[in-house]
Amino acid sequence: MQILQLKETVSFMKYRKIAMVFSALLMITAITSLVVNKLNFGLDFTGGTLIEVGFDQAADLQKLRQLMQEKGHDDAKVQFYGSSRDVVIRLGLREDVKAEMLGNEILSILESGTGQKVDMRRIEFVGASVGDELAEQGGLAMLTALICILIYVAFRFEWRFAVGSVVALFHDVLLTLGLFSILGLEFDLTVLAAILAVIGYSLNDTIVVSDRIRENFRKIRDTLPVDIINISLTQTLSRTFITSITTLLVLSALFFKGGALIHGFATALLFGVFVGTYSSIYVASLVALSLGISREDLIPEVIEKEGAEQDEMMMP
Amino acid sequence: MLNKYPLWKTLMVAFIVALGALYATPNLYGEDPAVQVKGLRGVEANVATLDTIKGHLSANNIDYASIVLEKGQVLTRFRNPEDQLKARDMLDDNLGKQYSVALNLTPATPAWLASIGGTPMKRGLDLSGGVSFLMEVNMKEAINKAKIGMVADFRGDLRNEKIRYRSVKEDGNAIVVKFRKVEDLEAGQSLLKKRYRDLLLNTDEDTLTLTAQMTELKLKEIREYALKQNITIIRNRVNELGVAEPLVQRQGKKHIVIELPGVQDTAKAKEILNATATIEFRLVDTEGDLTAALNGRIPASSILLTDKSGKPSLLKKRIMLTGDHITDAKSGFDEYSRPQVNISLDSAGGSKMSNGTKSNIGKPMATVFIEYKPTKRRDAEGNIVFEKVQEVISVATIQARLGKSFRITGAGSQAEATNLALLLRAGALIAPITIVEERTVGPSLGAENVKLGFQAIMMGFGLVFIFMIIYYRAFGIVANCALGANLVLIVGVMSMIPGATLTLPGMAGIVLTVGMAVDANVLIFERIREELREGKTIQQAIHQGYDAAFSTIIDANITTLIAALILFAVGTGPVKGFAVTLSIGILTSMFTSVIGSRTIVNAIWGGKSLKKLSI
Repeated sequence: MQILQLKETVSFMKYRKIAMVFSALLMITAITSLVVNKLNFGLDFTGGTLIEVGFDQAADLQKLRQLMQEKGHDDAKVQFYGSSRDVVIRLGLREDVKAEMLGNEILSILESGTGQKVDMRRIEFVGASVGDELAEQGGLAMLTALICILIYVAFRFEWRFAVGSVVALFHDVLLTLGLFSILGLEFDLTVLAAILAVIGYSLNDTIVVSDRIRENFRKIRDTLPVDIINISLTQTLSRTFITSITTLLVLSALFFKGGALIHGFATALLFGVFVGTYSSIYVASLVALSLGISREDLIPEVIEKEGAEQDEMMMP
Repeated sequence: MLNKYPLWKTLMVAFIVALGALYATPNLYGEDPAVQVKGLRGVEANVATLDTIKGHLSANNIDYASIVLEKGQVLTRFRNPEDQLKARDMLDDNLGKQYSVALNLTPATPAWLASIGGTPMKRGLDLSGGVSFLMEVNMKEAINKAKIGMVADFRGDLRNEKIRYRSVKEDGNAIVVKFRKVEDLEAGQSLLKKRYRDLLLNTDEDTLTLTAQMTELKLKEIREYALKQNITIIRNRVNELGVAEPLVQRQGKKHIVIELPGVQDTAKAKEILNATATIEFRLVDTEGDLTAALNGRIPASSILLTDKSGKPSLLKKRIMLTGDHITDAKSGFDEYSRPQVNISLDSAGGSKMSNGTKSNIGKPMATVFIEYKPTKRRDAEGNIVFEKVQEVISVATIQARLGKSFRITGAGSQAEATNLALLLRAGALIAPITIVEERTVGPSLGAENVKLGFQAIMMGFGLVFIFMIIYYRAFGIVANCALGANLVLIVGVMSMIPGATLTLPGMAGIVLTVGMAVDANVLIFERIREELREGKTIQQAIHQGYDAAFSTIIDANITTLIAALILFAVGTGPVKGFAVTLSIGILTSMFTSVIGSRTIVNAIWGGKSLKKLSI
């Protein structure tokens, strides 16, 4: 079976202006949202207490909220989690020294207040200092990853490709963060992990394309760099699509079957794979092209073998 | 001949996959309910313990599947959870305070698999249920205490050498000594320089001050000591909890991770972790009548305490010294290479000790360990009632007037000396710890996570499977075989590596690897199709396809591996689990999709003259 049968080279780069404007617009939107709405940081980063409980029947959120208020927990946020029987209660950080005991306290309030058997599903408490450290480490991790990858790609290919792929990665990460900001989705540690996986995936795509561009620069002579890039993108397009399809297939399995805990993770990856596919076609190659990639940059200098002529002469 | 692997290469691939499958099999067996009996505070379970347990079990008519003594603990397996619970309660009542009795689920790995090191994957707390704590050591307090101790030490040293000073004060990270005369300043400097080699001394003759700065090395030493001490204490306390496989581990510079699988009563766990232990030194009442005391006639100035084997001692009520003066306790050997414990005190402790011992040379002195253990009772407000447990841990004869540092010899074996040193340190917590993070996962959520993760893997796998067969036909089946082998290898490697833990994000990592692993095959197959379109022969196309795609696959995977490794370095808990499965998955997928699939392709199509290829 064949999904894409391309007889002719698609001139991807013809639309580069449109792509540039499109990407720029998306990035500006993402940045604006990040500045205005900020990220909805999860418990891992903000600190606080979270209690997830399961009831036998559908829970009455209004009643639970009232209950929390009566017991002096005015800042309690009560929400459904996954189903109407699962409820998550979030509380902010307390000056109180016994903050780590809060989870157990809420649990007993729920049990005595509703008169129902409550199934403790999880309690999470994160102190303020831990959250700050984590945010710092997370940012550092992302930066380190980008730098390491920049060095590797520069070493294996050429600096123009390295810049191209890192710009593409930056583009993907920014847009994914922007999505979380615009939709107000919770940004926790698993989402951070997903974003690092997006970096890995998007790079995977970019490298496959760059590899082909390098190969074609060596194989095809007397062709403009734009055309070389178009040819390479066309040749790898089928692979790009199929891999995206298989990855999206497994991710949708994760999204629909993985449960509420994995939802943010799956969302980040699903979106990341989409933009990653787009950016490997338009962002990475476009940047490399704009930086003036040419045949000479990619051809290793040929060292003439000494005595080559002599060998020939000695042939019978 | 093109596309033919030598036999050894085919066999090697088959062998590796078979090995992975072998080590993955322990995961197919279930778990046996078991009860684990462990000795507390240096007591080791031995053959006698084993016999005692057997005796108790048969006396109470509790049926068990097997009972073994291994690594200083007795593990009894049962046929059903009811017997297990009955046995736990019975043993807990009968064995007493020297042992901790814990419920456990032991892998039911067959003996032959276990003998070659086969174990199932370790499950993270998000899958097994349980609680994890992150505790932070208050380093500021540790350094503060060290500074306060040094101020007192400086004063004592200067006074003893009759060097007159105006004041000794702490100032930031330094200690400032002010003198009245230049001569005193110089004398003070040479004295302190000799005694405290790990301090940086600076003098200013104009203001007659001496500044002693703690070196970075000294500060680091203090921090390390505070962290290690806390870890030892927590290990001891966690053992009291009766948890089957607890984990106490340092994380970074000032954090300690505690994982307690299966624990649900987090309130009790927290109270125990926050409980305090102390040490007291008391003189033994040698005049009092021990037999009379045992019959209830205890002298008014004395108390009756026992050691861990139940041997009673009559001790003076007056406490000579409390454990908070201990700055360090280390086990070692004396000049006759007998085990001993070296104890260092702060200067206030030193003078107390010296006053207390000067008129008591030749008399025995006892070390008492005091702990607050939780009981099963609760008070009116529902808080756990703590019971004060006092235990004599050593009785030694005072040989001379003791000072700031002394030693206890005759503590018994090397192991006992080490344990005594540990207990002495436990009694003098230099830096308080606080719980800064807690994550509790209930058993229902844990079981649900396992189910969901498994379903997601199966569904993802199935979808990719179907897609590949439709799209690449015969070659799709080859890719699917490689994918199956990859899954087996991931599980096998995860089971083999002792540190690897399967978590929910880890399962997501496996799902993601399934999706990305086929990428290598897609690259290769697309390349083969291209080569065929260019008019190459079938054998050449296969050869070229694999060859040309190889370097691309390596580059693409290495960069993903970089991201995974960084995640591994920074991440903790579940996220680390994701990094682990992702990294392992990348490595195994490179093997299965490049070498593994090639082996199959070569075996089926290699070296034959073909007209058409099912790709």
